[in-house]
Amino acid sequence: MGAKVKYTAAQKERARKRRWENIKKNRWLYVMFAPVLIYYIIFKYVPMVGIVIAFKKYNAFKGIIASPWVGFANFARFFNSVYAWRLIRNTFLISFYGLIFGFPAPILLALLLNELKDGAFKKITQTISYLPHFLSSVIIAGILISFLRPETGLFNNIRAAFGQERIYYLIHPQYFRTIYTGMGIWAGIGWGSIIYLAALTGVDPELYEACIIDGGGRIRQTIHITIPGILPTITIMLILRIGQLLSVGADTILLLYTPSTYETADVISTYVYRVGLIDADYSFSTAVGLFNSVIAMILLTIANTVSKRLGETSLW
Amino acid sequence: MKKSAGRKTFEVFNFIFMILLCVVMLYPFLYVAACSVSSSASLQAGRVGLIPEGFNVDAYKAILGYKVIWRSYRNTIYYTVLGTAINLIMTMLGAYPLSREDFYGRGVFTIIIAITMYFSGGLIPTFLTINYLGIYDTVWAIVLPGAISTMNMIIMRTFFQGIPDALEEAAIIDGASDMQVLLRIILPLSVPSIMTIGMFYAVGHWNAWFDSLIYFRTSTKYPLQLVLRQIVIENNTNELEALEKGMYIEDEAQLNSSAETLKYAVIMVSAIPILCVYPFVQRYFVKGVMIGSIKG
Repeated sequence: MGAKVKYTAAQKERARKRRWENIKKNRWLYVMFAPVLIYYIIFKYVPMVGIVIAFKKYNAFKGIIASPWVGFANFARFFNSVYAWRLIRNTFLISFYGLIFGFPAPILLALLLNELKDGAFKKITQTISYLPHFLSSVIIAGILISFLRPETGLFNNIRAAFGQERIYYLIHPQYFRTIYTGMGIWAGIGWGSIIYLAALTGVDPELYEACIIDGGGRIRQTIHITIPGILPTITIMLILRIGQLLSVGADTILLLYTPSTYETADVISTYVYRVGLIDADYSFSTAVGLFNSVIAMILLTIANTVSKRLGETSLW
Repeated sequence: MKKSAGRKTFEVFNFIFMILLCVVMLYPFLYVAACSVSSSASLQAGRVGLIPEGFNVDAYKAILGYKVIWRSYRNTIYYTVLGTAINLIMTMLGAYPLSREDFYGRGVFTIIIAITMYFSGGLIPTFLTINYLGIYDTVWAIVLPGAISTMNMIIMRTFFQGIPDALEEAAIIDGASDMQVLLRIILPLSVPSIMTIGMFYAVGHWNAWFDSLIYFRTSTKYPLQLVLRQIVIENNTNELEALEKGMYIEDEAQLNSSAETLKYAVIMVSAIPILCVYPFVQRYFVKGVMIGSIKG
């Protein structure tokens, strides 16, 4: 920052005036921006203020302000309930499987696609791999459910063809995580590879030439040039992913789980949905949701700090 | 340069892998398509793989004769068109001022906006806010809360920043207001990027169902995806029975499995528009993702 420069009162006055004139000149920009700001206040910041009901016993007739404070009672109720551990475990495990199996998949695909010659085959393969990204989770889950059906589903038909008994996959908790993770990979591998392919095109071709001159084969080129070249992208994506280790979205799980699979399938967000919107226990479910997002913030901050220390790539 | 034997082997394996990938991606749709036009009996016996057996389009006739499907289709189109229009207007109104370096307060506004990417009120407080606003069970609860995707606004701001300042300055010297600059100069020059962002939003609306589940009490307002969920995932018997009435069914045994054929056909009916459009629009999406990745 250096030495502080002292401004005279007149200079300050002039700077203020110039700023004011700038604002006046650009008044239309503020007119344009006003609805945007109002949008963010109403739909993003008002709900953030609404989080206070997590510390209250919310009563719809009294309204948020008049409802009595209860401190951390809602949180205590959650941690004392039999569900707390199960929900945290399920949320963590589902996203952890997503991390170890789902995260590397698009990177591998991008590396393999990168080895193909540019042309129609590469283009068509890519286009086909993007397909699931454009379909709704209802369609994807609907197809999956029909594939898993015991009497007519494809997977069970294959089992039956090999003389195995048919399994009702979706009512047994032990299959849920595998099914969910597998679906995530199928639906996300193609689309996820785009960002790495973009990073791959940014790798300097001269580096490859230098490596070839030094006698490096394809494998050495991949390890010493390609992977370091896309490492910053991988790091950023990994930070984002770790930041989401406790944020599993409710919608896809809602489509696939049943009460019989809650043991492994029920996650914090689906629990918040059920308790909050179906049982209308607003304060309690807001507390559970707040717990979830605070943990998520902490995870993201830790991941970001670690990555900053390691090698200068960070989100902020 | 001659390829080594190892390289050749790799290339063959890589080629086979890519073919397999395509099969895995496409097979589910081909299978669903085949099942939707097969007879219930062959479906029940597990004889349908890729080629339909006992070809018939009864299920489609039943679906197309069912007014709930048409109504929900119309709802989806309405929400998509209205929602995308609001999205684009709001996103542009935010992106343009933020792209201008002489916009005083830009830093503060950017921070206000960026915070919402990392922290939000969550499901229940947002739901209560919508209730307080009095827009529960109206289309506004579907199109307003997501009016701006911060990510898309940042992408659009980056597009706008790429337009040479000289063009804007020249227009301002000629006496154009900021609004005119946006409408006459910035917008015409960014049509492809606005199309890209518009398609991001439109596909999002087309596929959305969770907000409708939360915010609609009246089932006649349900979009297609939610009706699809009722039929395919929840096995809603009212809907299924209504559909079965539209099918020609010979005996009791077939009645049971007709529900499955119907489900496959409903999936097809809701997936077909997207399947037809996506090969043509996907390149815009890819471009959008790439720009987003540079300046995330």
